[in-house]
Amino acid sequence: MLEIKNLHASIDDKEILRGINLKVKPGEIHAIMGPNGSGKSTLASVLTGNEKFKVVEGEVLFNGKNLLELSPEDRAREGIFLSFQYPVEIPGVSMVNFMRTALNEHRKYKGLEPLSASEFLKLMREKKKLVEIDSNLTNRSVNEGFSGGEKKKNEIFQMAMLEPKLAILDETDSGLDIDALRIVANGVNKLKRPDNAVIVITHYQRLLDYIVPDFVHVLYQGRIVKSAGKELALELEEKGYDWIKKEVEE
Amino acid sequence: MSVTKRIEEVKENYKELFEENRKLIERHSPDVINNVRNECFESFDLKGIPDDRDEDYKYTNIQPFLKGSFDFSFVHTDTDSQLEDFFKCEVTALETYSVFVINGWYSAKNKVAESLPDGVFFGSLKEGAIKYPEIFEKYYNKAARFERDGFTALNGMFAQDGVFIYVPDGVVLDKPLQIVNILTGDSDIAAFQRNMVIVEQNSQARILVCDHTLTPSKFVMNSVTEVFAGENAFIEYYNQQNQHNLTTQVAGLFIEQKASSNVLTNNITLHAGIARNNIFYKLNGENAESHLYGLYLSDKNQHVDNFTFIDHAKPNCTSFELFKGVLDDRATGAFTGRVLVREDSQNTNAYQSNNNILLTDLARMSTRPQLEIYADDVKCSHGATVGQLDDEAMFYLRSRGISKEEARVLLMYAFAYEVIDKIKVEALKEQIRELVEKRFRGELDKCDFCVVCAEPSNSLNCF
Repeated sequence: MLEIKNLHASIDDKEILRGINLKVKPGEIHAIMGPNGSGKSTLASVLTGNEKFKVVEGEVLFNGKNLLELSPEDRAREGIFLSFQYPVEIPGVSMVNFMRTALNEHRKYKGLEPLSASEFLKLMREKKKLVEIDSNLTNRSVNEGFSGGEKKKNEIFQMAMLEPKLAILDETDSGLDIDALRIVANGVNKLKRPDNAVIVITHYQRLLDYIVPDFVHVLYQGRIVKSAGKELALELEEKGYDWIKKEVEE
Repeated sequence: MSVTKRIEEVKENYKELFEENRKLIERHSPDVINNVRNECFESFDLKGIPDDRDEDYKYTNIQPFLKGSFDFSFVHTDTDSQLEDFFKCEVTALETYSVFVINGWYSAKNKVAESLPDGVFFGSLKEGAIKYPEIFEKYYNKAARFERDGFTALNGMFAQDGVFIYVPDGVVLDKPLQIVNILTGDSDIAAFQRNMVIVEQNSQARILVCDHTLTPSKFVMNSVTEVFAGENAFIEYYNQQNQHNLTTQVAGLFIEQKASSNVLTNNITLHAGIARNNIFYKLNGENAESHLYGLYLSDKNQHVDNFTFIDHAKPNCTSFELFKGVLDDRATGAFTGRVLVREDSQNTNAYQSNNNILLTDLARMSTRPQLEIYADDVKCSHGATVGQLDDEAMFYLRSRGISKEEARVLLMYAFAYEVIDKIKVEALKEQIRELVEKRFRGELDKCDFCVVCAEPSNSLNCF
């Protein structure tokens, strides 16, 4: 599904990603862990087409298409979704208008007719229930005045609406209490299907108790320095990142 | 019947025009309106038409736009068309009492609504002056700052007609009063419209003013509106401006508030050539509250200048001010927010902000808060910003599959929404919302839509 080959990316001439290689197949859950500043969020930004970052080398294929040539909106329409670490507040744009516009653009891309207002509202109700989002959140402006937990839930709600093939969750657990964390993780698990995949970017093991990964990768200084099964996350939780740093330096 | 005059030396030519036509003007106007012509003439003689050397007009030199050959009508002129033909309105959501004003003259074809509450007058200024001479004696030209501003003085010299609204004590109007101002004609036209609104104590009125142009002629409109809010009166005044690029409009709005009155104005400039709004508030009684809002959306070579002046003349008053603008292409704009808190006006609250988005490198905005505070126990704030669309929000929207163009429209609209949200008439808010969205999509034809109905007009020419 996703194939990243030797990806180098920089911001303001500072190289952040220094040769990432990663393959994700349908049905898989990958966790990317690593200390602060290792490039985790940059990887998410580059995959989704944030223009702040410049790709200097490498290639990314998504279902056979050259992802790096696509605009952010086309990447989304192809099925990539990013749950933002810091969801942006957009006062004045209602959640309903936002989601309806997004969904209908996805449909147009696929050659489908736009949803009618009633079909759309019905879908929204179903998905809200699925991710246990408070119904009045969707009557407000996008993320405006939402608490940290509400913002993250809202990301998962959008994911449920857009049904991506590949979801990238960027520190979706940060700032969540355990109840909110459980709701968010449940939402992700309910949306999991054999034909889609998830990349979970996180600092801590906590979220991985709920969203169980097939693979855990450690990102350090812009490279994946270690990959293993889910047991690696537990080891990192126990021992921290220092031993990895030491390994790399040796 | 109209007079054609070539304007080159603005001040001198206008003075000549006045002297040449004074007899004609006065013969067709009531005494109470004629009585102020002298004082206005004297002020005009002193001040002339401001250019950009005048601090108040620093960012807007209107002089060049006044030059040329214009037709002036000093006797009542009307339209040959039926009023209904101007706008085929199928008013559903928004019910109003509506009147039309053609090139500054109250149309004789207006049908005065019979259902207006007792004692309410909504009609021609000229007729009002004849019917209510004492009221005119007391109020007419009392709020307008003709001594300060040459345009206001000029209006006072030439003013003959417009709209007069009188709401007596204790009347709450059930429906908004709508004034549709039309500029139309085959030749270039200059006009001086004069309006007066008096809402007596404990009364309530909502007024919608829609400015339109219907023919591709050059128009210069110099209008003055005086608004008097009695004790505990509530007034909402919405001005929607939708005029073509050859229009120059200087609109003076002078508001005087008595104690515990509450006045809201919202000036929405969707389309204009050169637009200058002079908005003066005088809070002349304790516990009065003022709300000044405005939104301007400009592109091409358009220019919009909102000059506001809030005079906190009494203690314990509050004013809220918010103006927002989106400027595209080579459009330019200006905002001035003067707030005067007089020495004895303790416990004043005055909040002001002006936020702008420039969509191109060539668009330009000048904004200046000017606070003059002489009292020591006050709460005043001001803020002015000029920026671009938020990149992060843009990326967020695009990452959900929304195209760049659509994301732009959503964000511009979101920016503007704060001002639209201040419209308290739900049906009007909804219509303005739609018009603004259309405007951002480039689908708004400046004379195809009327705020009453948002229905396309009939076969009239569009410029």
